[in-house]
Amino acid sequence: MFRNQYDTDVTTWSPAGRLFQVEYAMEAVKQGSAAIGLRSKTHVVLGCVNKANSELSSHQKKIFKVDDHIGVAIAGLTADGRVLSRYMRNECINYNFTYESPLPVGRLVVQLADKAQVCTQRSWKRPYGVGLLVAGLDESGAHLYYNCPSGNYFEYQAFAIGSRSQAAKTYLERRFENFTDSSRDDLVKDAITAIRETLQGETLKSSICTIAVVGIGEPFHILDQGTVQQIIDTFEIAAEQEGPAAEPDAAEQSAAAADQGGSTDEGVAPMDI
Amino acid sequence: MPKQQANWSPYDNNGGSCVAVAGADYCVIAADTRMSTGYIILTRDYSKICKLADKCVMASSGFQADVKALQKHLAARHLIYQHQHSKQMSCPAMAQLLSNTLYYKRFFPYYSFNVLGGLDNEGKGCVFTYDAVGSYEKVGYSSQGSGSTLIMPFLDNQLKSPSPLLLPVQDAVTPLAEAEAVDLVKTVFASASERDIYTGDKLEIVVINADGIRREYMDLRKD
Repeated sequence: MFRNQYDTDVTTWSPAGRLFQVEYAMEAVKQGSAAIGLRSKTHVVLGCVNKANSELSSHQKKIFKVDDHIGVAIAGLTADGRVLSRYMRNECINYNFTYESPLPVGRLVVQLADKAQVCTQRSWKRPYGVGLLVAGLDESGAHLYYNCPSGNYFEYQAFAIGSRSQAAKTYLERRFENFTDSSRDDLVKDAITAIRETLQGETLKSSICTIAVVGIGEPFHILDQGTVQQIIDTFEIAAEQEGPAAEPDAAEQSAAAADQGGSTDEGVAPMDI
Repeated sequence: MPKQQANWSPYDNNGGSCVAVAGADYCVIAADTRMSTGYIILTRDYSKICKLADKCVMASSGFQADVKALQKHLAARHLIYQHQHSKQMSCPAMAQLLSNTLYYKRFFPYYSFNVLGGLDNEGKGCVFTYDAVGSYEKVGYSSQGSGSTLIMPFLDNQLKSPSPLLLPVQDAVTPLAEAEAVDLVKTVFASASERDIYTGDKLEIVVINADGIRREYMDLRKD
């Protein structure tokens, strides 16, 4: 999208009925490194690509535990993500204190969305530049939500956000019908495979990705590097056996990723979907 | 009109006693399970002991509504600590937090008399004893509650190290073995139940050591 005279302020509408500052905030999400989420009936898995500024620095934390039954993966301005995680943690603690029971995920995402909406309607604020994949369990089962800077939120069976997420989305679209009845371990494998799709040929190793799981009888926790590496090793062995079949996929994914940056000039505003 | 005294008090005393004893590599925390008001027993089966962190347990007697509120408050603060530090609070850290929390309500106190017990960062037993507004001290053993006047002198007799002026300074933690300390606590409560009407029914004992936390119960006099 290009600069125009209606994009200086978040409180200025364009003649086409769009708020450009909010859309620019959603661009920030696309620039962040990838995060994916998928769920079955009983478990939700979050994964993200660890991006480090340089060889010398450590990578940024993109997955946060919010409560025993809720976790979140972020993409975009990680500082905004950290602040929102702190808000979510507080809300869970306060709800638990008052009602002696866990905050239902659906409620939390609405509160988060309302908080984001405020920033789209105040001239002295700016929208949060972070997309959140909220994974959680409540009485009605396992849930995965995506909260965007616009203040909208959607529930998903599986989703990916951040740079090169289209590759992961394509993979997930092919497989998502099986996820509901997947076992926990299969779900984790699918998550790691989806992450691999976003890496576009870079070697998949446990230092490059972080995986977290929450499920019935399993509080939210981040899998340790050793476990993740073991799972990666099991499918490197399987992949060697079906090597040639993987090549054509890599070619079409790089084509899809190239045009995802500039696709929102005219036509439907992204937040209206 | 002469000045009137309030005929309603926000506080009540639900009675009961708590004890904690620290050892070289363990800590024993115990409390009876009787909850009363005045001469009435409300229940014979109420726990005054609360696990605040992996290696930190608190026993409190006094006004149980305030005790419950205090426990919930500390649990919430501990969750925040875990989110920020990715680890459990140590017993000495929790001890300071408890003190600050109590003093925060210096002018409308938690009517809660606490003993905190657990293992410090090196795995040694530690006990902290408090008053209602947060004054605290690390000790080798302590008791609070309605039976503490009966219990404390007995613990002093059995566990107190001689004055540092007479002999070289000794560690505050008792040299007793874990099983001996548990036995001592059982004896102490059996004696207290004889004379203190607010102590009795059942004794709940929690033992923290390197292997984790274990719980034991013993019947006490029901009169």
